[in-house]
Amino acid sequence: MNLRSTDFELFGLPPCFEQDRVALDARWKDLQREVHPDRFAAQGAAAQRLAMQWSVRINEAYQRLKDPLRRAAYLCELKGVPVNAENNTAMPPAFLMQQMQWREMLDDAASASALEELLSQVSAARLERLKSCADLIDQQQDYPAAVQQVRSLMFLERFLEDVRGRLDQMDSAGPAP
Amino acid sequence: MALLQISEPGQSPNPHQRRIAVGIDLGTTHSLVASVRHGVAECLPDDQGRVILPSVVRYLADGRRQIGAEAQAAQALDPPNTLASVKRFMGRSLSDVSRPEALPYHFVDRPGMLGLQTVQGEKSPVEVSAEILATLRYRAEDTFNEDLYGAVITVPAYFDDAQRQATKDAARLAGIEVLRLINEPTAAAIAYGLDNASEGVYAIYDLGGGTFDISILRLTRGVFEVVATGGDSALGGDDYDRALADWVLQQSGRMAHTPSDKAAIKVAARRCKEALSDVAEASFSADLSDGPLQLVVPVTAFEALTQSLTQRTLAAVRKALRDARLDVTEVHGVVMVGGSTRMPQITRTVGQLFGQQPLTNLNPDEVVALGAAIQANQLAGNNLAGDLLLLDVIPLSLGLETMGGLVERIVLRNETIPTAKAQDFTTYQDGQTALAIHVVQGERDMVADCRSLARFELRGIPPMAAGAARIRVTFTVDADGLLSVSATEQLSGVQAQIEVKPSYGLADQQIADMLRDSFATAEADMQARALAEARVDNDRMLLATRSALAIDGDLLSPDERAEIDALLLAAEQAQTSGDPAVVEASTQALAQGTEAFAAQRMNRGIQKALAGRNIAAV
Repeated sequence: MNLRSTDFELFGLPPCFEQDRVALDARWKDLQREVHPDRFAAQGAAAQRLAMQWSVRINEAYQRLKDPLRRAAYLCELKGVPVNAENNTAMPPAFLMQQMQWREMLDDAASASALEELLSQVSAARLERLKSCADLIDQQQDYPAAVQQVRSLMFLERFLEDVRGRLDQMDSAGPAP
Repeated sequence: MALLQISEPGQSPNPHQRRIAVGIDLGTTHSLVASVRHGVAECLPDDQGRVILPSVVRYLADGRRQIGAEAQAAQALDPPNTLASVKRFMGRSLSDVSRPEALPYHFVDRPGMLGLQTVQGEKSPVEVSAEILATLRYRAEDTFNEDLYGAVITVPAYFDDAQRQATKDAARLAGIEVLRLINEPTAAAIAYGLDNASEGVYAIYDLGGGTFDISILRLTRGVFEVVATGGDSALGGDDYDRALADWVLQQSGRMAHTPSDKAAIKVAARRCKEALSDVAEASFSADLSDGPLQLVVPVTAFEALTQSLTQRTLAAVRKALRDARLDVTEVHGVVMVGGSTRMPQITRTVGQLFGQQPLTNLNPDEVVALGAAIQANQLAGNNLAGDLLLLDVIPLSLGLETMGGLVERIVLRNETIPTAKAQDFTTYQDGQTALAIHVVQGERDMVADCRSLARFELRGIPPMAAGAARIRVTFTVDADGLLSVSATEQLSGVQAQIEVKPSYGLADQQIADMLRDSFATAEADMQARALAEARVDNDRMLLATRSALAIDGDLLSPDERAEIDALLLAAEQAQTSGDPAVVEASTQALAQGTEAFAAQRMNRGIQKALAGRNIAAV
C-alpha cells in the first residue's frame, strides 16, 4: 500500500463499476480516521506532512470512486482505454439533436417548475446511460463502447450543471411577483 | 494512607501531561473562550463572572486600551477610538465595506486590508482582533494558572482564504498556537452531536452579528462530514439593527449629525431589536445632539422591514440543499446558532421551510465555543479515546485567471479538505519565458467578479514554440482551509519555488514588526520567550515520539529503535540548555530521525482500516 496504489486498492474494493455507496462512504471515513492530520496534531511537523499527503490522496480517490462518471472513466483508463475527451468530440447525430432540444427548453424555461421538470427528464436519461455503463464495463468488458457512454454522460452532466445554475439564479433573484 | 488516583476512561492518564487547550469563538459582536474540564466543555468566565467578552477595543489617548464591556460602554462616548465588529473588516479592503460613511470610524484605504486611524495611530483589524484574542488567552491562563498549549479558533464557514489567513495572523500576534481553524456551524454541531448522540443529516443555521452561515452535515459514528456549506459573510444581526435605525430615522424625520449620534443610534437599535424578541412593541430611544429621539416600534413593523434580510438567508439555505443534492424532508434536525436566531421571526421562518421545530436547547451564544473546546481537547491529545473526526469542505471554489479574464476553476466548492489539485497550462506566444499566475476565489465566470487572492510569476521557462510548454499549477488546501499554490514547467523541470500567501494576509515581517510594536519587548524578554517556545516544542516532540513508540514500537528493528532512543535522550538533555538554538536543533533532529517511523505507522493505520472492513464483511 502506497500513495501510488490505485483508488480501488487503496479502498480495498474490487475494480468494477457497480459499487455499494454506503460501504464506500464507510470505508472513506475509516481511512480518514487513520490518516487525517487531526489525528497527528500533537505529533510534530513530519507526521503532519505525511498525514496531509495520505489524507489528500484518500480524498482524491474517494472523489473519483463516489462519482459514477469519474469512476467509469477511471476504470476504462486502468484497462488501457482512456477517455481523451478533449481530442475526441465526435458524437452520434441523434444524441446531438437531443442535446439541442434540451438547450432550447432551457432557454425557454420561464419558471422554477419548468426547470425542475427539465432536470428530472435529463436526470432520467443520465441514469439510463449509467446503467448501460455498468453493463458494458462489468459484464461485457467492452471498454471502447463504455468510453462512448462516458463522453455522452459528460455532456449530460455539464447540461445538468447549467440547469442547476439557472435554478440558483432564479432563487436568488427572489420569487416572481 | 495515600489514595491512588484513577483517571476516568477517555481522559488523560497523567494529570501532569494534560495540556491546556481551549476553543475560542472570535465573534463579530462578542467572543468567548471555553475548555473541557472534568470531561465537560464549559465557557470560562472572567474575574467578574462574565463569560461573554464584547468584541470591542477602545484605544485611549494615554496609551492604555480597554477591551470588552468597558470599551462597549464607551462606544457612544468615544466612537472613532472604540472599535466594534472589526471581524467584518478582516481581510477586507475599504471598497468591500458597504456604507463606510455610516460607521463612526476613520478608515485608512490600504491595498489588501483597510486600516483604522485611532488616537494610538493606525490599527489593522488583525491587531484589534489580536487584542481580543490575547484577553481570552490571559483569561484561560489565569483560570488554569498555566500556559496555554493551543487553541481551536472558529471562523464562519463562508470565510474566504484572506479572512481565514487574517484570523490566523491575529492569533499569532496574540501569542496563541492555532491547533486548527474550524467552521462555526461545524463547532456548533459538535456541541450538539456529542450531547444528543445524533446520527443523520443536520442543517446548521447560524446567524451571528455580522455573518450568516448555513451548513449541511452528515453525522455517523463520531464523524462530522460537512456535505455543503453556503451563506453570506456580510449579512448578520448588525444589518437588522441598521435597517431598524434607518426606518426610525425616516419615520421621525431625524438625522445623525455627529459620530456620537451614529453610535447612540446603533446602540438604541440593538436594544430595541433585543426587546422585540420578547414583547409585541418596544421603544426606540436615543439621545442625539439635537435632542432626544423616541419612537415606539411594533414587532410587526420590525418584521416587515427586515423581511428581505431573512429571505436572503433562506435563499442561501435552499442553495446549500441543492448543492448537497438533498430535499428538506431528508434533514433530520435544524440547529440554530448565533444570538440573532433569538429573533422569533427567524426561528418561525426557518421552521416553516424545514417543516419542523428547530433545535434551540443549547445557548446560541455559547454553543460554538463549546464545540471548539471539545475539538481542541482532542487535538491536544487530552482525550486519547476520542473518536471525533471532522471532515470539512472548502466553502468557495478556487481557480486561475486565463485568457480573456475568464476563471478556470481548479478546486470546486464543497470539496472535502485537505485536498490537492493540479492542472496543466501552456504558453500562448512563441519564445514566452514567463507566465503570470493570478489566483482567485469565487463562483463567477469572470475574474472581475471573483476575489483576487494572489499574483505571482513563473520565470525562466526555456524559449519554446507557443503551446509547447507544460506548466503544472498545483493548488493545495490544508485542513484549516488555507491555500498554497505552486507552479512547475514539466519539460524543462524549471520549478519556481513559490510560497504564495494571499495578498490580504500579512507577511511574516509585518507580524514580527507588530509583535515588537505592541509589546515593546526588551531584548532579554525576546530571548526568554524564544527559549520557552523552543522548550515547549521540544517537549511536544518528545511526548509525541514516546507515545508513538508505546503504540507501534514493534514496527522498529533493534537498530532503528536504538537510533530513536539516542535521539530521545539527546532531546531530553537539550531541555536544560539555555540556548534556544540548541533546543531547536535537537527537536529538529528527533523529527527527522522519526520520519520513516511515522511513514510505517501511517501504513499500519491504513491496513488496520482495511482489515476492519473485511472482518465486518464476513
